[in-house]
Amino acid sequence: MTVGDMSKVATTNGTTPATAKGGKAAGTIANWADERLGLGSAMKKNIRKVFPDHWSFMLGEIALWSFVVVLLTGVFLTLWFDPSMTEVQYDGAYDPLRGVHMSSAYASSLDISFDVRGGLLMRQMHHWGAMIFIASMMIHMLRVYLTGAFRKPRELNWIIGCLLLLLGTIEGFTGYSLPDDLLSGTGVRAADGFMKASPIVGSYMSFFLFGGEFPGDAIIPRFYAMHILLIPGLLLALVAAHMLLLVYHKHTQWPGPGRTEQNVVGYPMLPVYAAKAGGFFFIVFGTIATMGGLFSINAVWKYGPYDPSKVTAGSQPDWYMGWPDGLLRIIPAWETHIWGITLSWNVMIPILVMPPLMLMILMALPFLEAWITGDKREHHLLQRPRNAPTRTAIMVALMTFYGLSWAAGGNDIIAIKLHLSINQITYFMRGAVFIGPVIAFIITRRWCISLQRHDEGKLLHGYETGVLVRSPEGGYAEKHLPLPEGKAYALTARDDDPTPETVEEIDASGATGRSARLRKLRAKLAALFFADNVQKPTAEELHEAQHHAEHELHELESQIAAGPNRHGPAEH
Amino acid sequence: MTDAHDIHSDPSGGELAVPIADPGLPEHQWRPTDVDPAKEKRAERQVATLFGLSALATLAFLVSYFTLDIGDDWTLIGNMGASTMALGFFLGLALLFIGVGIIHWARKLMADHEMVELRHPAKSSEEDREVAVQALNDGIAESGIGRRPLIRNSLLGAVGLLGLPAVVLLRDLGPLPGDKLYHTIWGKGTKDKPMRIVRDGIWTPILASDLEIGDLVNCQPDALHNPERYDIDPTEVEGVNLQIHKSKASLILLRMNPGDIKPGKDAKGESRANWTVNGIVAYSKICTHVGCPISLNERTTHHLLCPCHQSTFDLADSGKVVFGPAGRPLPQLPIAVDDEGYLVAQSDFDEPVGPSFWERDYYDRW
Repeated sequence: MTVGDMSKVATTNGTTPATAKGGKAAGTIANWADERLGLGSAMKKNIRKVFPDHWSFMLGEIALWSFVVVLLTGVFLTLWFDPSMTEVQYDGAYDPLRGVHMSSAYASSLDISFDVRGGLLMRQMHHWGAMIFIASMMIHMLRVYLTGAFRKPRELNWIIGCLLLLLGTIEGFTGYSLPDDLLSGTGVRAADGFMKASPIVGSYMSFFLFGGEFPGDAIIPRFYAMHILLIPGLLLALVAAHMLLLVYHKHTQWPGPGRTEQNVVGYPMLPVYAAKAGGFFFIVFGTIATMGGLFSINAVWKYGPYDPSKVTAGSQPDWYMGWPDGLLRIIPAWETHIWGITLSWNVMIPILVMPPLMLMILMALPFLEAWITGDKREHHLLQRPRNAPTRTAIMVALMTFYGLSWAAGGNDIIAIKLHLSINQITYFMRGAVFIGPVIAFIITRRWCISLQRHDEGKLLHGYETGVLVRSPEGGYAEKHLPLPEGKAYALTARDDDPTPETVEEIDASGATGRSARLRKLRAKLAALFFADNVQKPTAEELHEAQHHAEHELHELESQIAAGPNRHGPAEH
Repeated sequence: MTDAHDIHSDPSGGELAVPIADPGLPEHQWRPTDVDPAKEKRAERQVATLFGLSALATLAFLVSYFTLDIGDDWTLIGNMGASTMALGFFLGLALLFIGVGIIHWARKLMADHEMVELRHPAKSSEEDREVAVQALNDGIAESGIGRRPLIRNSLLGAVGLLGLPAVVLLRDLGPLPGDKLYHTIWGKGTKDKPMRIVRDGIWTPILASDLEIGDLVNCQPDALHNPERYDIDPTEVEGVNLQIHKSKASLILLRMNPGDIKPGKDAKGESRANWTVNGIVAYSKICTHVGCPISLNERTTHHLLCPCHQSTFDLADSGKVVFGPAGRPLPQLPIAVDDEGYLVAQSDFDEPVGPSFWERDYYDRW
């Protein structure tokens, strides 16, 4: 660990170690604690732990801090929320519903909104915070995937992250179901339908979860226990594991001058990173507070209490549940009725199969890629998305599938707003969810390769200066200049793609049987995975290009000097 | 090309083969606040000002809390009330000022030297591994678990069996479904007092002549409001029981031109021709897809659309699915008129209402 020149750092920090002032008291406390907890050795390593800086590393931090805000506001809400389905007559401050019979859960949600000062603020902060939590987890996950940060040794942290996303989603669903309003009740009713569609045990699962027939009077207290105890406990444990692994692995960094696979360059935890991360907590908190105060969300009083005979048009789940709901809308009416039983493919495929399948695909991605590429090394330098075209294209294809399914979940809204036929949108989406990802995959892959070629062009021919020169013959050409050394280094600080074994090599080796077939499959996949990728230029190529550029520059200068329009220093 | 990098032989992060020599970390640039005491002082004042503004916002939050009512002015500004807006705004400001202040402090005044830390492979050293494996083997050997399969297997069996109490204990989460999904309260009508169909919400019975062609009425069984008439215990239709009944018995009446109706067949294969009254048909309001109440009527086509997933049912054709994901037609309720001319149910539905489930049968009605 090295510390640079500190001689000129702002004197408000002091140029001598901060322990000099008030050190006695702090030292006494530290000594007392260390003699009992032995914190010294742990702190020695971590108090100045280095974290690299990049804006995209902040996305996970948003997730972490919004989770903290949701925990804090959630505790506040528990002080008033009554998770009971006992029927009461509302007599709170909200006039339009006074006298209406409703569940205690709904009545106490109204009380929090209208009779507790700051209650609505906390409710809205809780809901906004939850949405930001899930959204930032997703975007953080995309960042980790697209930059290759999931590779060895971080695969397990990737899996923990996937589980966090799953748990966050379930937490969100159980949470927005708690107020027991008409909209959330409709969602719970659909969930009852999902359970009943499960093979063999469906109706039993429904009766057990609801404590009898839907809606019963058990579901809200049961969701409450899951929402405030079971799932947050799991979330906390997994968040802790996620952070511990992050500290153990040390953060990934972008390649650049002085940044290698063997080091990590950045600011020390104390003071800069602690200040930045701590300050950022306040910014996330403050942003959520402002949103909670100024932007209405889930105005449950407008929906009224849950009534199984009523529904509002345009009923939709929270956005992160939108994509399975979209699949549920566009799937054809497939049900098998045979031997007196029913198989509801129309519910099972979009709800019971697709979300777990998507999660499993996500969790498998690191292992799938490592198997195809045969790459078993540790990686701490990030890759730009363009430098792994197939990987990037896989994620964009998944994102396209997600986005189209999600859009299908708003087919009624799209039909109304754009004056289209809902039937036609649905038929279109049935095809689009299959074709869209394929198109997206091809375009993304070619796009990445084009960008790789662009990088190669910049390295070999320099960057475009915007300076146009006219030759004596009258031709125009744009002047290119070599990249600065640091930039050129950062562009070339990446691995060459490996040359995987080929099917012919496997055949030649005489291997047979199942393992040979598997190796051949892998060889084919690897060939597809790396096909057409542009490798970085070699030292010789760069050297030659540099030589060429110098020659060109020299030629140009002599042309300018000889030509009629000299651009030398202004002559007075 | 650079020499082929054999990625199989090098399990830890190898040095990249970079064609350009690493220029090393760029030289540190001093910030204006590092070299100019005036700028440094100014940055210090800026940070303190931000913290001061935060304190002011907190005070404004406290003042808002105690001065702004919430009970009476909830309609103000976006239906959220002045209190919520002010509390959120000032709390947000108080937090944001602190956050911005701390980050400003970190960026302008704290040392901004990047430090370099070396990485280590995630795996432990070979000696550590050997010692750990040895310790593990010693421990296992000393326990004798490998040498005493009787103990090992009986323990595994006993612990495995302990999973059963964990499962069995959940048995009382709810009763078994039994035949509950197959019956609704419509079946509680008697020969003398068949179950009347009443308007949902106002609970008035309906004369067949009350409906014009094209009229759609949301209905409930009379027993939910008037249990005594059918000798039903009033607690049967209160609170949670009321919700359960409604979730199955909710009904839609639609009057159409009698000539438009194509009567299908019932569960016994007999015609449903006598299930309607003067072009009035009655269908379950609960979608057969996942159970949303169906509510959107296309008046000219007698199609009924579920707002949740857009399953569309043709009420002129035995509730046939004409669009969307629902896999079975809407259950139809056979209706008639009683001696006072009010619409009544002839019987219960002849099949379960609502979403499909595994043990549910199907019959063809065409």
